[in-house]
Amino acid sequence: MELALSLAIGIIFGAGIWLLLRPRSFQVLTGLMLMSYAVNLFIFVMGRVWLDQPPLTPAGSTPDPRVLADPLPQALVLTAIVIGFATTALYLVVMIGARGLTGTDHVDGEEPEL
Amino acid sequence: MTVHHLVILPILLPLLCGAVLVPFTQGRHELKFALSYASVLGLLVTACALMVQADGGAWPEGIGVYLAANWAAPFGIALVADRLAALMLLLTAVLALASLHFAMKRWSRIGVHFHSLFQFLLMGINGAFLTHDLFNLFVFFEVMLAASYGLVLHGYNAERLRASMQYIAVNLAAALLFLIGTALIYASTGTLNMADLAVRISAIAPENIGLLKVGVAVLALAFLVKSAMWPLGFWLPTTYAAASPPVAAMLVLMTKVGAYVILRLWLLLFGDEAGAAAGFGYDALVWGGMATIVFGAAGMLSTDTAGRMAGYSAVVSSGTLLAVIGYGQPSLVTAGLYYLIGSTLAVAAFLLLIELIDRIRTPSAAMLALTMEAWAVEDTPDEPRGKGVPAAMAFLSLAFTACALMIAGLPPLSGFVAKFSMFHALLNPESGSGSIDATGWTLMALVVVSGLIAIISMMRFGVRTFWAAEMVTPPRLHLSEVAPVTALLLLSLAMTVQARPLFDYLGRASADLHDPGRYARQVLPGPVVPKPGEAP
Repeated sequence: MELALSLAIGIIFGAGIWLLLRPRSFQVLTGLMLMSYAVNLFIFVMGRVWLDQPPLTPAGSTPDPRVLADPLPQALVLTAIVIGFATTALYLVVMIGARGLTGTDHVDGEEPEL
Repeated sequence: MTVHHLVILPILLPLLCGAVLVPFTQGRHELKFALSYASVLGLLVTACALMVQADGGAWPEGIGVYLAANWAAPFGIALVADRLAALMLLLTAVLALASLHFAMKRWSRIGVHFHSLFQFLLMGINGAFLTHDLFNLFVFFEVMLAASYGLVLHGYNAERLRASMQYIAVNLAAALLFLIGTALIYASTGTLNMADLAVRISAIAPENIGLLKVGVAVLALAFLVKSAMWPLGFWLPTTYAAASPPVAAMLVLMTKVGAYVILRLWLLLFGDEAGAAAGFGYDALVWGGMATIVFGAAGMLSTDTAGRMAGYSAVVSSGTLLAVIGYGQPSLVTAGLYYLIGSTLAVAAFLLLIELIDRIRTPSAAMLALTMEAWAVEDTPDEPRGKGVPAAMAFLSLAFTACALMIAGLPPLSGFVAKFSMFHALLNPESGSGSIDATGWTLMALVVVSGLIAIISMMRFGVRTFWAAEMVTPPRLHLSEVAPVTALLLLSLAMTVQARPLFDYLGRASADLHDPGRYARQVLPGPVVPKPGEAP
């Protein structure tokens, strides 16, 4: 379980880094999105891997922290998702603006000379 | 225990003001400006009040704690106003006032949401100075960055777009590193409250220390990207040169936010009381800082545009700061804080001045044409039709000389006092045998050489601009543009004259920082506000 999760996070993050270094702005954006997915998973896993132990307690009972998943990383990851989503959307707008103004989707704003 | 609601005001005030300003159309720009200006003035007053409270003994140990929603630390978010935070808030407010005043006639009228973005930027910066929780720090960093993305694009043209594409990509990647670092720190210590971290770090299980160090190192990368440490700072000169002057002046402060967080975090986490983790990373900071000085100095020599020169001088100053922090000596940190204030004022004044100097050569209308077209702004902003300040050229050259003296660190302005006191601290080590090691000598040599290089490149620019230009047309300056530059420079002069009280204050701030236990004692017991009607 841990191995599969770590491999998944690593592969997504690696793919993201590769895309981030590509010259076209769409690739860069996709790379950033992949990286942020990997990071979100990473934060989630940092609360340790728990199976079938949601941090919920029935009304009236006393919670036992030893048998519940850690709710804090889950709260953090929600915030991180929202912020990552917003900033990525913002970047998309800038990219579209750059495409319109410079006429190319190259990150330098001009086509490289061949 | 009184409630320190004042502590959260520097965050709430710009948030509310920015939100109120959103629905107003650009036709009401005078109203928008007035509201924005009032908010910044309010911030200035609040920062002064916080400073008086922190230093005047109103709070125990000079540390004001505000528990958000009255949740006890470390479970809730704690805001902490100490002497250093109050001082940084004051610096923010002063710079914001100068930038906003500068933008009055022109820059605030191009583009639609300048004022809202400006207020949100202030909110993010103030929040980053006040918060005492790592994840909350991330949120404020993102607020600050999101606003700065919009502001860098302000006055939309191809150059700004290109610069901000890189700026945004670099900072988005850095934000991801920030998250990874935070998650690792939480995984290894189980807390995100800084005071709680400082307590727990001395008793951390040995198998977790490696994980914690990795976490803090990754986290530090995110801050070092902001403060442009070599090799993470290549984005900075391009962005500074491209951004509009009032925005660039605020960006100068943002590099200092990174250095501020590093300073606070390192002294809190890796001081002498940190057990097995003590002293982690100081060498990396000191050598990285020195590499940054070399990079910035080389950049200053190699460039001939004023905007990039200002960017590289910001790189030099942040390199010096990082090296000073990494050297790990309390008296040096005091001098470094003085240097931080002085260099921020100097570079910001220089960035504002550049636009005025550029008018000697370029007709002022040309720059606006494209942005006006792109935004289809109907209400043509007034040309700064100034009455032509008498002897505008004399003002420009004198102000330029003052900036050059401050950036290079020559007497009589504050740059000299800052460098002098840094050398004084380096030559009088507080601990050990009293001898100065190779690192200290290298640092001193680099600071001297970078000052020399700064004066060479500034003189070269000054000579070309003021003496050798054949087609000099006396520029038309508006009073609203001259006043902020003058005010920033006069403030630097005041820093020189009042160096003694300022140093005393900074000494106390630095002593606070070097005693992490003090924060833990104030923050952790949780001065929770009693319920109404309940005895405290």
